[in-house]
Amino acid sequence: MRNYIIKRILLSILILFSVTFIIYAILRCLPASYVETMAMQLAAAPGAKPYEEWISQLNASYGLDKGILAGYFIWLGDFATGNFGDSWKFTVPVIEKFNDVIWLSFVMGAISFVLQLVIAIPLGIIAATKQYSKADYVITASALVGISLPTFFFATLLKLVFAVKLQWFDVSGLVGRNYAQLDSWGQFMDKANHLVLPIVTLVIISIGSLMRYTRTNMLEVLNSDYIRTARAKGLSEHKVVYKHAFRNTLIPLVTIVGGSLPGLFSGALITETIFSIPGIGFTSYQAMVIGDIPFSMFYMTFLAVLTLAGNLISDILYAVVDPRVRIA
Amino acid sequence: MSDKNNMYAQNNDSEETLSLNDDRRVKTLSPGALVMKRFFRNRLAVIGLIMLGTMFAFSFIGGMISPYRQDEQFYTYTYLEKEYVAVTKNNDFRYVAAEGKEFGSAAQAQFLLAQMTGKEEFSYKDVTYGVAQEGTDFYSLSVDGEPIAIAYKDIVNAADGAEDLPFAVKYAALTAYSNEETGAFSADGKEYELDDAGNISAGGEILGYISRFVVQSKENGVVITRDFKERLEEALDGDAEEFAYTGEDGEEHNYSISYDASAKVWSVMQETETYVYDQYSQPSSTHPLGTDTNGMDMLTRLMYGGRVSLIIGFIVVIIETVLGVILGGISGYFGKWVDNLIMRIVDIFYCIPSMPLIIILGAAMDGMRVDPQIRMLYLMLILGFLGWPGIARLVRGQILSLREQEFMTAAEACGISVSRRIFKHLIPNVIPQLIVTCTMSLGSIILTESTLSFLGLGVKFPFASWGNIINDVNNAYVLTNYWFIWIPAGFCILISVLGFNFVGDGLRDAFDPRMKR
Repeated sequence: MRNYIIKRILLSILILFSVTFIIYAILRCLPASYVETMAMQLAAAPGAKPYEEWISQLNASYGLDKGILAGYFIWLGDFATGNFGDSWKFTVPVIEKFNDVIWLSFVMGAISFVLQLVIAIPLGIIAATKQYSKADYVITASALVGISLPTFFFATLLKLVFAVKLQWFDVSGLVGRNYAQLDSWGQFMDKANHLVLPIVTLVIISIGSLMRYTRTNMLEVLNSDYIRTARAKGLSEHKVVYKHAFRNTLIPLVTIVGGSLPGLFSGALITETIFSIPGIGFTSYQAMVIGDIPFSMFYMTFLAVLTLAGNLISDILYAVVDPRVRIA
Repeated sequence: MSDKNNMYAQNNDSEETLSLNDDRRVKTLSPGALVMKRFFRNRLAVIGLIMLGTMFAFSFIGGMISPYRQDEQFYTYTYLEKEYVAVTKNNDFRYVAAEGKEFGSAAQAQFLLAQMTGKEEFSYKDVTYGVAQEGTDFYSLSVDGEPIAIAYKDIVNAADGAEDLPFAVKYAALTAYSNEETGAFSADGKEYELDDAGNISAGGEILGYISRFVVQSKENGVVITRDFKERLEEALDGDAEEFAYTGEDGEEHNYSISYDASAKVWSVMQETETYVYDQYSQPSSTHPLGTDTNGMDMLTRLMYGGRVSLIIGFIVVIIETVLGVILGGISGYFGKWVDNLIMRIVDIFYCIPSMPLIIILGAAMDGMRVDPQIRMLYLMLILGFLGWPGIARLVRGQILSLREQEFMTAAEACGISVSRRIFKHLIPNVIPQLIVTCTMSLGSIILTESTLSFLGLGVKFPFASWGNIINDVNNAYVLTNYWFIWIPAGFCILISVLGFNFVGDGLRDAFDPRMKR
């Protein structure tokens, strides 16, 4: 087991190297419009140096004057020693900005994830136990509707209904207009109020796949021999479903839930952007569209690490939870 | 298998006279027909198929029968109130110096002080000026008894097209006017006439007029006629809010007058008929879904947008599938280091955060001002290139299990070439799963593309796509007031993606031989 984990971690590191190199190369091959714009602005100032001098100076100060390979290794060295550079857009160290915004995303992700689990798993089980019933059709169809809903459209609909027409919530942002005048409890409630619509969006959009996953796995378990045995020996249906079948359905569920834990940190790029919630997703969107290389690089590496960690966790959990799986 | 058994049973009931091994007793169905049968029994799948059919017909046939082009702009006449003239009542002194004399602004300020305190004279720069009130709000300034300037609030205007009046005439006319002495007066040895309306005439010809209102034209190239001004002043005196004026061209125009108390300005708005883009017009019989921000027919945009979204979906899926099948097939068939290498590449691609990467590339294309058509091509290539690993994994997994089966050994024994074995014998066996995956990923590609277009990083104007039609809701006014701009487009996306997912789900069940229904 330990050898397997070590092997997997080493492989993940190798993959991470390749991924970061590819991303770095792509970012460097793009015209660094941010630097060019800045050089143009600086050159336009009265009595300034010409554009060419500015751009070479800026390129040198941002480390863009070296070749892609050399630049990558410099970046890698910095990254390995914990120096993530300064964000161009936010003009603070990347890690500082990251610390500011990541927890909001995490809270949002965690709340919606818990809600998803609480809603999706029981519904998936009901759908599976009553296969081909009306309830099953409704659940399956609504799961598919959730998957098929475009995030931005659904978020906008929510905004129209609950923010514009009913005026229960603000249209966007994390804090209301009178946030500064509120006491600490009021501030907390204000933030919570602003997070309702984004969390609802996240839950509805992503609940479908978990629901279907639960249903498929539960169906598989229900069709297996040991369930038939359990029924044959005269156990009550309740006991069969919730004691024998559900526990076995937990195996794939635990692996997928464990695997998606790191993803809680990745933020919701589209949802946060639409609701202007200053989490990691919205922040990196702002950085990415103006070509802020240090921040984009950091964010994408972070996402890649999260993906790899998720895969690793789910594989390990699978081996741990399922006694049938043996890793040589 | 069970389906066939059922059929045996059914046929037995109805055709008992036939012998047991009679071929007619057996209704044979090809595997394809069986799949079809199972598919059409699935209600959700049929609904999905209907949804897809509707969307395809809407986008491809609808675009052909729509009377408009996708970039056809519509115009409309609207009455816009434009500010025509602004009128102020003059409350400041104005100054005119006599010919060859000077009365600068510093001296003017000194005069104001003197006037306010009621002094008869003031001195400035060693010159003593005499101040004499000649009438209401009318003063003359003199040095050594000789008048050098006048200060007045009632303004002497030259008549339309006439020359400016000389100082002496203005002086005399204002003296008469401010003392309300109408009739004849003389200046510079000539005889002039001043009437009640403030007109100055000589020999029957009107040379100018006196009025306290200043009328400024707000439109270029518009000369305000004397007549208009008089009528306007009458209206202003009567505190009217509207007035009509028939111009020289014989057309009657309506003007509305509003008074801005803080700026002390009357602004006179003229209603003019203006030819503008028919923006955000409400749904009507000519435009069933109204028009968008550029005055283009929304329904037609929606149809063409559907074409773009669906075509992009298909092309991306084709790119994905071709890459995925080739690489997955090679990997699965050859195994060993080839498999290892390709699977590591797949791992790497899986790990690349695709949405951020596409956003960055989209922003870069914005920066490079890529032509919208080429941009669409790039978008398809990028999406396709990032999407193949899933299909490669699927194909490889299938082929790994298939290549150990007997028919492959037989194929090898027959001496069939490697490429033929892969693409003629292995791949066709993967096709069912491939179709399911492709159908499902068509839906997700349409979602991705519309999300990007919504963010303004995908398909760009002048091309329509369902995503960039919804983009308009970034304008809060559109979000709240023009539902017909974005709600239909959102439902188009939802219906198509849902259709693909229903059909994909139905196909998966139909292809699954273990399915009993």
